[in-house]
Amino acid sequence: MTDVTFLKRKATEIRMTLLTMIYEARTGHTGGSLSNTDILTVLYYHKMNVDPNNPKWEERDRYVQSKGHSVESYWAILADKGFFPKEELKTFSQFNSRLIGHPNNKVPGVEMNTGALGHGLAIAVGMALAAKLDQKEYKVYTLMGDGEQAEGSVWEGAMAAAQYKLDNLVGIIDRNRLQITGNTEDLMGIEPLGDKWRSFGWEVIEVDGNDIEQLVQVFDNIPKAVDKPTMLIANTVKGKGISFAENQTVWHHRVPTEEEYKLAMEELSKQLEVLV
Amino acid sequence: MKNVALKPLGGNKIANRQVISETLLELGKKDKDILVLTSDSRGSASMVKFGQELPQQIVEVGIAEQNIVGMASGLAHSGKKPFVASPACFLSMRSIEQIKVDVAYSQTNVKLIGISGGVSYGALGMSHHSLQDIAVTRAIPGLDVMIPADRHEAKKMIEALIGYERPVYMRIGRNPVEDSYLSDDYPFEIGKAVTMKDGDDVTIIAAGETVRVALDAAERLEEEGVYCRVINMHTIKPLDQEVIIRAAKETKRIITLEEHSIFGGLGAAVAEVVSQNHPVLMKILGIPDEPAITGKTAEVFNHYGINKENVSKLALQMVRK
Repeated sequence: MTDVTFLKRKATEIRMTLLTMIYEARTGHTGGSLSNTDILTVLYYHKMNVDPNNPKWEERDRYVQSKGHSVESYWAILADKGFFPKEELKTFSQFNSRLIGHPNNKVPGVEMNTGALGHGLAIAVGMALAAKLDQKEYKVYTLMGDGEQAEGSVWEGAMAAAQYKLDNLVGIIDRNRLQITGNTEDLMGIEPLGDKWRSFGWEVIEVDGNDIEQLVQVFDNIPKAVDKPTMLIANTVKGKGISFAENQTVWHHRVPTEEEYKLAMEELSKQLEVLV
Repeated sequence: MKNVALKPLGGNKIANRQVISETLLELGKKDKDILVLTSDSRGSASMVKFGQELPQQIVEVGIAEQNIVGMASGLAHSGKKPFVASPACFLSMRSIEQIKVDVAYSQTNVKLIGISGGVSYGALGMSHHSLQDIAVTRAIPGLDVMIPADRHEAKKMIEALIGYERPVYMRIGRNPVEDSYLSDDYPFEIGKAVTMKDGDDVTIIAAGETVRVALDAAERLEEEGVYCRVINMHTIKPLDQEVIIRAAKETKRIITLEEHSIFGGLGAAVAEVVSQNHPVLMKILGIPDEPAITGKTAEVFNHYGINKENVSKLALQMVRK
C-alpha cells in the first residue's frame, strides 16, 4: 500500500511545479490542471505500471489524456517520474519546445497526441480491445473533462466499450463543474451523468477526485464488474489547492500575477508543511 | 510498359473492393494482427467473407465514423494493423479530425480505405459522393493518399501497404472498373507513378478509374497522329514530382483527369509542381464546383467530359494551338 501522505505531498509538489510552469510561461490551463492533479498523482505514483526507463514497455498500462489542455500537471508528473529531465519543464510552451500546451507523443511516456476533445475514449477503446485480442493484462485509463461530455464522439466510444466488454478500460471524468464559459449545467447540461454512463453499459463509481485516500481505495477495487468498462466520476474542485482560484471560472486559463503567484506558493507550502 | 492494357479489354466484373477483401483475407490468415474495421459497411466493403473466415479479425464499430478511426488508431498504437473500410464520403468528412489528429499527427499505422468513392454511389446524390476527399486528405501532413487504377493495382497496393508503416488514405470505387493493366505481374512502388504509355506531344495524368479513360483517349489521339503520354498517378501523396516535371519539359502540355472536384485534387497537385518548376499549359478535368449530377459513373463522367472523346478533343486543341 502506497503511503497516502507520500501521495498527498507529491500532489502538492506537483501543484507547485505546474503553477511555476504556468507563471513563467505566461500561459496554461491552471484550473483544470489543479483539479486533475490528485487523480494523476494516484495513477502515476500508485496505480499504473509504467517504466520511465522503458516507456514503450509492451506490458505497461496506458494512459490517454483526452482533456488534453490540462497538460501542466501531466508534464510535471512525467518529469518527476523521470520520463524526461525536470530541467526541460522550463521550456514549457516556449518556441520549438516539445512540451507544448497539449500531450505530445514525441515526449517519452505520452502515448498519443490529444487536444481535440472527444478523441481519447475511442483511442482508449482501441487500446483496450487490442489487449483483449492479444490476451494481455495491461489496463487502459483515459481522463476526460466534464465539458467534453457534450462531444458526440464520447458516446460513440461509450457504446463500443460496452459492446466489446472492455473491463480493462477505466474512464475518469474530471467533474469540476466548470468549463471555459461557466457552469456545465448552464451551458449544455450533462446531468444525470452517472445514469447516462450506466445506461450505456458502464460500471459507474462516484468519487471525491481530490481525496487521495478515496482515489487509492477506488482504483484498487477496479474492475468491480466483470465484462464491463468502469467510469469514475471524479468530483473535483477546479483550481484545487489555491483558495482564490477554486471554483472560479476565470481560472480556466488565467495566468497568475506576481502577487497571486507568491500567495499561491505560500498556500501550497503551508499545505506541504502539515503533511508529515 | 509491357503490362498495360492499351485497348479496353471489356467485361471485367470484379470490383476493386472484392480484390482488396480477398487479398486481405489471404494476408490476414498469415498475420493475426491484420484487422478490418467496418462501420456497418462489411457488405459494401465486400468484407462478409473476411468476417466469416476470420471472425477474430473483423471489428464492427457500427455507424460511427469518428469512433472507427479513433479505435483504429488505438489498435494500431498497440501493434495491430487496422484497415478501416468505410464509405469514402463519411470517412473523409465525418472523421476528418480523427484522421488529422489520431492517425496523422500521432502517426499511428492506420490504413483508411474509403470505399464507394467518387461518384460511385451515383444516384444517391451529393451526401454520398466523395469529391472533396483527396483535397482534404492531401492537405494533412503525415498522411499518404492513394487511388488504384484497377483491380490489379488494388491488389498490388494492398500488398504494399502491409509492410508500409505510415498512415494512408486509399480511395476506391464501388463498381467493377475496366482494366488498365493486363495482370498484376508488374513492379508496384508507392510514390512512383507509372508511365502507362509513352509519347511526346501531350501528357495525360490520371488516377483511379480515369486511367482507363486516359488510355482510351491516347489510343484515339494516335489515330490522329498525336502521341500522348499517359501517367498513372496512383499515389497522390507523396507525389512523384520528377515524372511530372519531365512530362512538362518533354511534352509541353498536360491534362489531368480525376473523379474529384477540380479544386484541390490531382489536378491541383500536379499544377503546384508544374507552375513552380516548369510552367506549361495545363487543363484540369474533373467534377466542377457544384453538387455533381446524379447517374451511373459513366453517365456522370460523360456529362462532365471525362471521356475519351472530350479528352482527345481537348488534347488536339492544345497540340494544334
